[in-house]
Amino acid sequence: MQSANPASIDEMRAIIEEHLGLEGPLLPILHSLQDTYGCIPEDSVGLMAEALNLTRAEVHGVITFYHDFRKAPAGRHVVKICRAEACQSMGGASLAEETLTKLGIDWHGTTKNGAVTVEPVYCLGLCACAPAMMVDKKVHGRLDRSRVDAILAEAGA
Amino acid sequence: MKVYISSDSAATAVGADDVAAALTKHAADKGIEIELKRIGSRGMAWLEPLVEVEIDGVRHGFGGVSPDDVAAVLDNSSDKALGPVDEIEWMKRQTRLTFARCGVIEPLNLDEYRAHGGLVGLTRATSLTGGEIVREVTDSGLRGRGGAGFPTGIKWKTVHDAVAPQKYIVCNADEGDSGTFADRMIMEGDPFSLIEGMAIAGLAVGATRGYVYLRSEYPDAIRVMNAALDIARREGVLGDSVMGSGRAFDMWVRVGAGAYVCGEETSLLNSLEGKRGTVRAKPPLPALEGFLGKPTVVNNVISLATVPVIMERGAQNYADFGIGRSRGTATLQVAGNVARGGLFETAFGMTLGELVNEIAGGTASGRPVKAVQVGGPLGAYMPLSKFDTPLGYEEFDKAGGLIGHAGLVVFDDTADMLQMARFAMEFCAVESCGKCTPCRIGATRGVETIDRIARGDEAAKVILADLCETMKDGSLCALGGFTPYPVMSAVTEFPDDFATAKEAAE
Repeated sequence: MQSANPASIDEMRAIIEEHLGLEGPLLPILHSLQDTYGCIPEDSVGLMAEALNLTRAEVHGVITFYHDFRKAPAGRHVVKICRAEACQSMGGASLAEETLTKLGIDWHGTTKNGAVTVEPVYCLGLCACAPAMMVDKKVHGRLDRSRVDAILAEAGA
Repeated sequence: MKVYISSDSAATAVGADDVAAALTKHAADKGIEIELKRIGSRGMAWLEPLVEVEIDGVRHGFGGVSPDDVAAVLDNSSDKALGPVDEIEWMKRQTRLTFARCGVIEPLNLDEYRAHGGLVGLTRATSLTGGEIVREVTDSGLRGRGGAGFPTGIKWKTVHDAVAPQKYIVCNADEGDSGTFADRMIMEGDPFSLIEGMAIAGLAVGATRGYVYLRSEYPDAIRVMNAALDIARREGVLGDSVMGSGRAFDMWVRVGAGAYVCGEETSLLNSLEGKRGTVRAKPPLPALEGFLGKPTVVNNVISLATVPVIMERGAQNYADFGIGRSRGTATLQVAGNVARGGLFETAFGMTLGELVNEIAGGTASGRPVKAVQVGGPLGAYMPLSKFDTPLGYEEFDKAGGLIGHAGLVVFDDTADMLQMARFAMEFCAVESCGKCTPCRIGATRGVETIDRIARGDEAAKVILADLCETMKDGSLCALGGFTPYPVMSAVTEFPDDFATAKEAAE
């Protein structure tokens, strides 16, 4: 998939340098890169390693440890459906399964039209209004089939 | 007319913003003058969207309001009226110390914060030595609210007594346990209480820098905390001279990246340093060699946000609440399949049954309660036979469970405990940091073993019990070490769910 905002080396270097004064700068750098490009561009790994005096393997190890960081950009919207216990107690598991079936994708998959990527999430802190999900940074609770359909339709899925 | 609507995630997730917009529009159309205030959450999640209208100086509630209801709410003819909010049974039965301001004031209004007792504790702390503050916190009996229950004062003393050119306060706001949302609620609803608590901690141990490690799954809390930090810095609550004392403390938010294990304090420190969030072996204790190898206080959000009220009212006042060695209040989070879910703060000692049946009103589905998972995904499933257990650290330990971060997830009788046990192992496998073998390999073998039981393999039960023993004794941290709690409590307390699978297979 082509990134909407192709990464230039100079631009990435500037993003990295912006955070070098921080204590423990790597996670802020990774978040900033992903906010800008929708993923961690492959070319940035060497730049981070050089700037932080780490090996490429160490940087790669950090990127792959965390669920949040992507190798390639997601769909236009990221839908995170909670799989944790509180949402399960309110029928969250079957709601998630139905949703994936309807979209024709599995967890981490993106719909064919590129509108929506569905990720599992383990708790959004909306456990007293379960089941819950988050679309980009907007939260939704007390979901049922029709509300999920409406929210997904709005996201263009 | 003053109108209050929560901006907490649990309110906006069920339409509070739409209600607020409808109210504003209706008032403008009808020429009704209203002052709409967006507040934190009162903790009554089942009543959201909750609208409060001030009538003769008293805030009256309207629960479950939809945009269609706003006209009736404003002329007080709505059938969704609840009467004065403070008179609602849920509110009346609480002792709100940590959450006293949450849902009452505007989260980012420092003047309102001051008017409701805010900064009294910090101001007092600036007149005390570090040792005196540590003693006060120790005497209050406050224990870590993140789950481990370690006495906060003792941890602080270790850091206080350590000699180092730089020390740190790190707030663990990686609230990943299902059924918990107290940290999120206080950060969204009363962020200055956490800032004040961290500043007091800094003065106490001699730390000048602090970090809030906040999970990326909480975008609203991140936004509110960052805004509150800007205000606190501008107003001299943080900076080179905290409250004009000449003593320095400043702090920043750091955003996590979706790893559950980073709620474990040593993983969190590695993550904060920009490393993989793997667990560190202890010793050395983080109190001596924590962030960047320097002495570090690592405390949960609620522990730190409770410190201001302890400093404001004195240690004894706080210690007067509670039972046994569990002093003060528990910020209980009632969640899952429950009629009345939300945050309920009360002195330690209430029984599990009283909370689930009386306060929370049983299940949302109306079916019988089957089990309550207490303490998050690493906590035991408590059956009805243990509903007389008082909520207290030692009391739960004796009953084979743990209080953890005080989150309770209620399940009705449709819950399949074999599936819940399998999920616990699956979750552990997904989230394991991979450092120690019992957790990394054990969790995957655990899923397979439970699948064997589901297929009717009786012998696999013995293997599962043995595997759980190994994980419990051999894991480096609570992820692998406590996953056996939900698994084995499901096996032991709900044998029918495991036996039925066998009989069905035969």
